[in-house]
Amino acid sequence: MESDEGERLPMSRRPEWSDVTPLPQDDGPDPVVPIDYKQDFTETMDYFRALYRAQERSPRALSLTQEAIRFNPGNYTVWHFRRQILESLDADLHEELDFVERIAKSNSKNYQIWHHRRWVAGKLGSDAAIKELEFTKKILSLDAKNYHAWSHRQWVLQALGGWEDELDFCQKLLEEDIFNNSAWNQRYFVVTRSPFLGGLKGMRDSEVSYTVEAIMANPENESPWRYLRGLYKDDIQSWVNDPKVSSVCLKVLRIKSNSVFALSMLLDLLCHGFRPSEEFREAIGALRTSDSEPLDSDLGKAICHVLQLVDSIRANYWMWRKSKLPVAV
Amino acid sequence: MASTSSNETVTQREQSIVLEDVKLMYTIFADVPPKTKLLMLELHRDNHMEYLLRGLQQLGPSFCALDANRPWICYWILHSIALLGESIDARLEDRTIDFLSRCQDPDGGYGGGPGQMPHLATTYAAVNSLITLGDEKSLSSIDRDKIYRFLLSMKDPNGAFRMHDAGEMDVRACYTAISVASVLNILDDELVRDVGNYILSCQTYEGGISGEPGSEAHGGYTFCGLATMILINEVDRLDLATLLDWVVFRQGVEGGFQGRTNKLVDGCYSFWQGGIFALLQRFHTIIGESMTLLDAGQANCADSPQTTVESDISDGEESLHGTSSSGDEACAIQQGVNFGNVDRKSIEGRAEREPLFNSIALQRYLLLCSQDPGGGLKDKPRKGRDHYHTCYCLSGLSVSQHCWSKDEDSSPLPRVVLGPYFNLLEPINPIHNVVLERYREAQEFFARS
Ligand SMILES: [Zn+2]
Repeated sequence: MESDEGERLPMSRRPEWSDVTPLPQDDGPDPVVPIDYKQDFTETMDYFRALYRAQERSPRALSLTQEAIRFNPGNYTVWHFRRQILESLDADLHEELDFVERIAKSNSKNYQIWHHRRWVAGKLGSDAAIKELEFTKKILSLDAKNYHAWSHRQWVLQALGGWEDELDFCQKLLEEDIFNNSAWNQRYFVVTRSPFLGGLKGMRDSEVSYTVEAIMANPENESPWRYLRGLYKDDIQSWVNDPKVSSVCLKVLRIKSNSVFALSMLLDLLCHGFRPSEEFREAIGALRTSDSEPLDSDLGKAICHVLQLVDSIRANYWMWRKSKLPVAV
Repeated sequence: MASTSSNETVTQREQSIVLEDVKLMYTIFADVPPKTKLLMLELHRDNHMEYLLRGLQQLGPSFCALDANRPWICYWILHSIALLGESIDARLEDRTIDFLSRCQDPDGGYGGGPGQMPHLATTYAAVNSLITLGDEKSLSSIDRDKIYRFLLSMKDPNGAFRMHDAGEMDVRACYTAISVASVLNILDDELVRDVGNYILSCQTYEGGISGEPGSEAHGGYTFCGLATMILINEVDRLDLATLLDWVVFRQGVEGGFQGRTNKLVDGCYSFWQGGIFALLQRFHTIIGESMTLLDAGQANCADSPQTTVESDISDGEESLHGTSSSGDEACAIQQGVNFGNVDRKSIEGRAEREPLFNSIALQRYLLLCSQDPGGGLKDKPRKGRDHYHTCYCLSGLSVSQHCWSKDEDSSPLPRVVLGPYFNLLEPINPIHNVVLERYREAQEFFARS
């Protein structure tokens, strides 16, 4: 257990450090951005610098890096030296995972911690997979969009395995928060990369159904719209021709005639050669409410025009899109 | 007021809290008389300067957590000062050069503080700081040969870069390495090799770029990836249409940008996301040229929407631009500015074009929601200021003021600068995010030496 900060005995008074001459930071006589370090911080770092310079890879050096990391978990030099010591001492890396977990609880957005964790888990190999998935799950339960935690989780799956339950995990997180784009991204990662699923082609039908359902439940949720498009990545023709795609746009427009995402996808479809039925023309025609001018007979232009009105923050973009439309459809 | 329903998800709940804060700010703004409006839109230059200078000279104990980022703190502060068109005195400049030299590793590259391992991010920060200081003494303090060796030693066989010896490999590392190499004129085929493949593998199905292959599209990494691809002349390998569509949707009704889909608005993304538009406009010929199609009166006032938060909050702002002649201010704001039938190219000889994002709305968010009146800028209301957000909010503000100009050297028209014209900041080179003039001096210096 960590000792209380209040009871900390200065290192200069600890006999086990009496052989070390602390090395102060070479900040110069008059540095800019000088930090008003706490005394404990300065002392710990002075001893750290001494051992780092001497490349002393000893148990006491290991415990010193632990103290230095607690003072500043962002010091990558300390972490790096710690890895060198762990290697030299052939230390128990399971214990190291526990140490990282304690630090990560209050610093879950720090690059160094995650890089270190990846190094440790990599050394432990596939045995660590379950523990790492549990660990990231714990962090994600506090912040379901923690970028580092998701990256780590993806690395674990690819390097150590554990794909079996990952789609369920995404499913669960999406049930909790269907707007969680990180969970959608993870879903895409699993669908495209899991060795146990059939890849994008094999999963497409069921994924499209799932996504369409999510869109219908919350048409203003951007995540499933982008995901739907992603399901046809590198296969634009299928995307254009799949009636499930165009029909979800139409269905949404019938509930919510100014749905930016439905209009935007319809526009993209048209730009890629989609042939709209009369039904589509009517649906778009029905949108001319607040505007006195008749809508353009060119469906793409008409959609851009509507988007300029209903999505004013992006008016310039829609105007630009209008200028880039292919010849009338 | 947004109603809080019990079946809202975390994302919805957090978003509605922020939106309420922002709307409240904009409602207050809408209700005050024009004079007060102008005051509210003022960039508090003096207070920002005071905050920045204080940080350069002394930082409190809480900065122990940033002890491995001191060149970054230098850069955030010095770049902010330069954006404000100010400079530091010769003595402070000498002290900065001396300090950064102590962060320079004997084998090349800069660490987070004296005696720390060299790191790509702090190398980028140190080099940008020294360029921002900008005279001979400062620029010649950089050991380019050693930096080249350091960069090369950070390159992974797959083409990407690691942040430090055996450190993490990601798009940020690629950007900082390539940016430094380019600005120091030491970029060669060996450094470039395969880095484009790595960036390409990080463009996600959403259109943006992630930190590592498979991760989520993110504003910071998208900026880094795009800038890298531009510097190595491989930008056309990216799916730019989808990238543009992704980034354009990151601007929310608040006016500011979010970093990822369905995340909250944050002032620092004004640069990371806003800068992407500057990169595309300046350095990508197809998009850059096409955007000029918007010139000369395509902006039609009949298109002005009256239905969104966006137009609701912009009422009565015309007096601040001092140019709109019609009563339809919402239009002038929403379109940025309504030029009517006037040929814009002839106005004071300055060439203009509409940016593809809403630059006025972004400026409004930065000035009203991201400014600490006591100095410094921040993420969003209720958050505290810091040097990082000050730097990137100001960088984003500069981008949104200058993105209208077709050529880098023309100064923007008063009406594209929200608030009083003295809000105008120095233009930047958006790839490296250093003030344009200093970038050019550095380019010249490193071309000679
Ligand atoms: Zn931020």
